[in-house]
Amino acid sequence: MGRFMNTRTLPLLATVVVFVLIYAVCAVQYPAMLGLRVIGNLLTDNAFLGILAVGMTVVVVAGGIDLSVGAVMGLTTVALARLIEGAGLPPALAFALVLTGGALFGAGIGAAIHVLKAPAFIVTLTAMFLARGCALLISTDSIPIHDAGYDALAGAALALPGGGRLTLVAGIMLLTFLAGGVLLHGTRFGARVFALGGNAHFAQLMGIDTRSTTILVHAFCSLMAALAGIVFSLYTRSGYALTGTGVELDAIAAVVIGGTLLTGGVGGVAGSFIGVLIQGLILTWITFDGTLSSWWTKIAIGALLFAFIAVQRLILVASARYGRSGAGPAAPSPSTRSRPSPSAAAPSAP
Amino acid sequence: MSAFLLARLKAARPQLALLILALLVNVIVAPGFLDLRLQDGRLFGGLVDILNRGAPVVLLAVGMAPVIATRGIDLSVGVIMAISGAVAAAGVNAGLAWPAAILASLATGLVCGLWNGLLVAVFRLQPIVATLILMVAGRGIAQLITEGRILTFTEPHLIAIAGSTLATLPLPVVLALAAAGLTGLLVRATALGLFVEAVGTNPRSSRLAGIHTNLVLGAVYVWSGLMAALAGLIAAADIKGADANNAGLWLELDAILAVVIGGTSLYGGRFSIGRSVLGALVLQAMRTAILRAGLPPELNLVLMALVVAAVLTQQSPAFRPLAQSLAGRLMARRKNKEAQA
Repeated sequence: MGRFMNTRTLPLLATVVVFVLIYAVCAVQYPAMLGLRVIGNLLTDNAFLGILAVGMTVVVVAGGIDLSVGAVMGLTTVALARLIEGAGLPPALAFALVLTGGALFGAGIGAAIHVLKAPAFIVTLTAMFLARGCALLISTDSIPIHDAGYDALAGAALALPGGGRLTLVAGIMLLTFLAGGVLLHGTRFGARVFALGGNAHFAQLMGIDTRSTTILVHAFCSLMAALAGIVFSLYTRSGYALTGTGVELDAIAAVVIGGTLLTGGVGGVAGSFIGVLIQGLILTWITFDGTLSSWWTKIAIGALLFAFIAVQRLILVASARYGRSGAGPAAPSPSTRSRPSPSAAAPSAP
Repeated sequence: MSAFLLARLKAARPQLALLILALLVNVIVAPGFLDLRLQDGRLFGGLVDILNRGAPVVLLAVGMAPVIATRGIDLSVGVIMAISGAVAAAGVNAGLAWPAAILASLATGLVCGLWNGLLVAVFRLQPIVATLILMVAGRGIAQLITEGRILTFTEPHLIAIAGSTLATLPLPVVLALAAAGLTGLLVRATALGLFVEAVGTNPRSSRLAGIHTNLVLGAVYVWSGLMAALAGLIAAADIKGADANNAGLWLELDAILAVVIGGTSLYGGRFSIGRSVLGALVLQAMRTAILRAGLPPELNLVLMALVVAAVLTQQSPAFRPLAQSLAGRLMARRKNKEAQA
């Protein structure tokens, strides 16, 4: 156990190793996957998931969870299509409107969690129903977007050597990860998020405004979900209420695979980025293979999820025992095995 | 015994009021809603319809309530429904006798529940994470069994699970009510319910008090898996096929909402099987009312969100003093008026 093998770095290291392994297997089998063209597509195809994962990382680090991101994304695409096609708004104004709406929606979620002292899980579940229902009430059909400026945005790309393209949406995703990293690791707000996720009660005792932090964390996550909706509608050039059904699970999986602890307080966006890429790689590999059905992706991601959670658990147990072995009895007493339960104020899942 | 029942009914007043409200809306939009008629030895009518359509969610809620009472959650029940339906369909199509297929299907649910229970009780994962694993991977497993198709079957006994009648009621209703009754008996006629509530309230002190917490934790997930498998059998029999993509899709959310409407605290402890069943029926009655009124079925999602928001507000610790002071003020005003008069 060196200083590099702690709860913070080991899961991230494991994620990187798994990514490199999967990539190596892919490259040996299909050399074309090494090309920039495939990498560019990988980034473009998973842009929305990456943006969702940034928001989800912040919420999970703060000790919460957000199950409504897929629904907010769907609502955003439909609202965008309606605003641009139906009301004839210029895309820029429509973007500003849906982003503001997303942030306010998230602020509402955060406020509800704080005021009602209800688990984040059930509040965001309710928000998911609300957002999905509103989206379906706007339109149950897919609405195509014909705006010329929209097409230009969707097609905008930076040419990479080797026939690859770094599209605008992929660029937005990369910038989002950068911004998320700065927010979490370089600002006072980020420090508050870590403190809240580490122990909400202590954070409060330290004088951290847990109310505003909870509200801002969820506002940020829903803002990211709205941005993911914009990116997805650029990607498909349409709006559809059922967009992003179940995608919240993919985002959570990416965050967990990326080494962020679901108990809160530990993690970062860099791991989530690799988590997203691992999911994308598995899907690409299955596409290249051609004989396997896409549902193998689900099984593979489920297995990876289990493996990573098991590793995290082992590290936690090992570090708890390692840390205690000098002072207390070596045999694990029941109390060392059970984690201290989060205080009632913690906005964590039950 | 009647005093016991009366106390139970009194505790369920909010749920009963919600159910009556939802049924009332049904009566308003469809005047013949309450009519019951007996035809070919089977009851027909709106009420039977709600019970019949609501049977799978009732089963899921019956399994979910004890899980939530241990401060847990089971996100995988919808997926277990899909897997158990797929196992039954694949079983009879492979030439298995129908009792064997049903047993295999229920055993699958048991194994899924055991997996969840193992992760929660032994590996000490957060329940939401532990059951998320099966939720993510499970649809893939079901697809693996059905080979990506909707597996139809013609086995008459298997179809009879959804299509036949027992004591004038559709079999799913009888199964759901029997499962609810059995679970209620298990948790209330024995000390099991108390154990479950103790583990949910304070796992450490209940362990110190001599409760085998791991066993209790594992058992509630196994029971939930079993209930989900039964619900999956009903869902598969209903469409005479196993649809790995859509069977039980998002029903875990319905089940959780039913339990929440049933007044079970998401922070563990107190729970009630009966009130959770009422919660599931409220959801079904709402859904039926919206369909009968010719409103877009999507409205149901928004309404469900509003109902849950109301229940959460009513349960929240912040709301209670507010409500009490409000009630106190009202009482004081009434007393003042009486004094003046």
